[in-house]
Amino acid sequence: MTAAAPATDPRPSGEHPAEGPKGFVAAFVEAIVEGSSTTVTVLAVVAAIVIGGILIAFSDPHVLGKMGHFFSAPGAALGAAWDSASAAYSAMFRGAIVNFHTVSAASRGGSVTAVFNPISETIVNATPLIFAGLAVMLPFRAGLFNIGATGQFIGGAIVAGYLGFAVSLPPFIHVVVAVAGGFAGGAAVGWFVGFLRARTGANEVIVTIMLNYVAEYFLLYVLGTSPFRRPGRSDPITPFMHGTARLPHLAGASLRINAGILVALAAAAAVSWLLKRSTLGFEIRAVGANARAARGAGMNVERGYILVMLIAGGLAGLAAASVVLGTNYTVDPQIYGTYGIDAITIALLGRGTPLGVVLASLLYGALHAGGVTMVAATQTPIEIVTVIQSVIVLFVAAPPLVRALFRLRTPKQAEAVPLLAAPAVVTEP
Amino acid sequence: MTAATLIPTGRRTVDRQLAAGVTLALLGVMDLALFGLAGHTGTAKFGMSLAGASVHVPDLSLPARGTPIVAGAISIVLGALRIRLDLSPALRRTTMGAAIGLFLVSFLCWAAAGQTLSLVGLLQSTATRSIPIVLGALAGCLCERAGVINIAIEGQLLLGAFVAAVAASATGNLWVGLLTGSLAGGLLAAMLAAFAIAFVVDQVVLGVVLNVFASGLTGYLYDRILVTYQRTLNQPPVFRNWKVPVLGDIPIIGPVFFDSNVFLYLTYGALFLVQAFLFHTRWGLRVRAVGEHPVAAETVGIRVLATRYRNVILGGLVAGLGGAYLTIGSVGAFGKDISSGKGYIALAALIFGRWTPLGAVGAALVFGFADALQNVLSILGTPIPSDVLLMLPYAATILVVAGLVGKVRAPAADGRPYVKS
Repeated sequence: MTAAAPATDPRPSGEHPAEGPKGFVAAFVEAIVEGSSTTVTVLAVVAAIVIGGILIAFSDPHVLGKMGHFFSAPGAALGAAWDSASAAYSAMFRGAIVNFHTVSAASRGGSVTAVFNPISETIVNATPLIFAGLAVMLPFRAGLFNIGATGQFIGGAIVAGYLGFAVSLPPFIHVVVAVAGGFAGGAAVGWFVGFLRARTGANEVIVTIMLNYVAEYFLLYVLGTSPFRRPGRSDPITPFMHGTARLPHLAGASLRINAGILVALAAAAAVSWLLKRSTLGFEIRAVGANARAARGAGMNVERGYILVMLIAGGLAGLAAASVVLGTNYTVDPQIYGTYGIDAITIALLGRGTPLGVVLASLLYGALHAGGVTMVAATQTPIEIVTVIQSVIVLFVAAPPLVRALFRLRTPKQAEAVPLLAAPAVVTEP
Repeated sequence: MTAATLIPTGRRTVDRQLAAGVTLALLGVMDLALFGLAGHTGTAKFGMSLAGASVHVPDLSLPARGTPIVAGAISIVLGALRIRLDLSPALRRTTMGAAIGLFLVSFLCWAAAGQTLSLVGLLQSTATRSIPIVLGALAGCLCERAGVINIAIEGQLLLGAFVAAVAASATGNLWVGLLTGSLAGGLLAAMLAAFAIAFVVDQVVLGVVLNVFASGLTGYLYDRILVTYQRTLNQPPVFRNWKVPVLGDIPIIGPVFFDSNVFLYLTYGALFLVQAFLFHTRWGLRVRAVGEHPVAAETVGIRVLATRYRNVILGGLVAGLGGAYLTIGSVGAFGKDISSGKGYIALAALIFGRWTPLGAVGAALVFGFADALQNVLSILGTPIPSDVLLMLPYAATILVVAGLVGKVRAPAADGRPYVKS
């Protein structure tokens, strides 16, 4: 549990406290071989990419055909395997970071914006994940599991979407109202969970999972009603958002990057402030560390649960607003995607801090954006991205495994409790 | 504000009693108003035997408006009793079961007004649709009684379904499919055990990650390989029904409980074994001790970590069996995310059933019934939109968890790793 060990919180740092007169390089090398938490995270990503590459190569029908002749021509088989994996990963890199063809075209007078398209796509994909990741991370600090970001996302999507296409308001005000509506829609769902938990003691894991299903069917039902129907379409989809309700583009209309990322970064900063500087944040961390002790100290634990779920729901609603008003401009029955589930792994990968959530979301965003290009270029199914993501998280969750895999030493300082370790029953020595 | 709130006080139990009573009465009011007074007149006919049964039982006819009104009145009285009297736990459970049962009867009378609904068909479909949920819930029970939370039931079902379909297709042998499907569930459980027990990872998050992993892996391999080699790798045979001699011919009970394929019979076996072993053997006592108080268990010489590993993997084998049912026990071919949330439902059933095998199975049957009911209702044609109908079992779970079950008590050390220092 994150808040269980605030004092031993090992801040990921590139170097170790220098022991004696050691140079920067020596300290840096030391940090790497000792497997600090940053090193472990990087190596976890590397290991996951290698495992993903093996999976890509050895499931490729072309490679499997060559494998039939492995003993007569091992070189051809291994070459085909290498080609298959590297083709998929280079396509992923082109889609997520930079495509060198567009760079050389730009130097010869081509489009400059095309160079920045992959980065724009990475950020656009990361935006809702930041909000949703925060929506899981914040309750986690209070000892609550929010498996229900999906349901809260849907609540936000319905309200933000309705305000976006059905209401007419002046330019700036409209988008602010619609985004606020997204927050309110998600917050309402989150509040309900917190309320049930606080007043009846209902297990929030069950309530949020069930609410996800309720919300999914409710969305389908709402989209079938006449106020939400797009004229001339028989399938359940809303009209397009008004131009005034759309989040403004940041770099021209040809790149999808929009103001949503600014709101997301502001939200991460706000959550960071809330946790570190505010009274409520202190109460949240105290309740998460030990609810009984917090109650004994005079804190209103029930009020804390309700507030934290309300804010978390609102954050998930903002994720919906960033999708509906920022990129899709419409609400359809699949709008919630896998944000709610991704958010849980992002909260873990981000080690329960707002900055970690932002970085983990960027990684996920890059994998998603690259995945789309990879599917188009190599027909590798998009699910490989999910596999790589989950393997990364599994490795990050188990530093000893990564250290054993790469033969790293355990840090000299007493091994800090892993940030998302469960509160263990520890025997007295 | 200190001691008074730390210890469950009288006020709190009064609240519970009030909440439960009000919930019962609300169910009664719904019977009375929605299904009774606002319902259709006429009779609702319920078919009590299937076509071709050796013994024919006449259809049951109930007044479509009168039955819900009577049922509602009974539920309201039960609710009032629940508020006024301090009932024993057994009686409390009985009133809850009665109110839910009466609600279902009222609903069926309302839906079947002026038509015929095959009750035996509905119950038969309930039994088969409950199989993966029951097995998933039993798997959860095995894990959580030993103190390891298992959110990964969904992933175990999915991986079991995938491997069973592929193995049965490749070998043409259903039993190989059944066995490997079960082993696949056990394999994912071994991962859960290793990460939860050895690496002390938070178990709720870990379970979700493993579900994502299983969904991604099976989805990837499906698109990449099964689509290409559909004929050789994803066309498994399906277990045929085997009617138990004599028992299968009993009217009503026979077709529901004794005319299905091997999976239903294995489910009975699993339920019996888990219930018997957990509560009537030394092994079960040790498992429960590990789940409640690992330090005390270790002190008397029980190997805590070994017990946990064994139980988690055992649970995975049971869940993998449930997964195998999804392919080679019903539809045959594997499809992406074929488990469609049944693992999460199983988890809800486990909590709803207060971490006991029998309670969990009861709850799983309710979900299976809701699942079967949707099919029947779409045939009967009710005025409720289908999306709202599909929502009902989940909404009902929230109502029940919040109103009737409330703060259920998990095994004390559930989700808490054990670290020797």
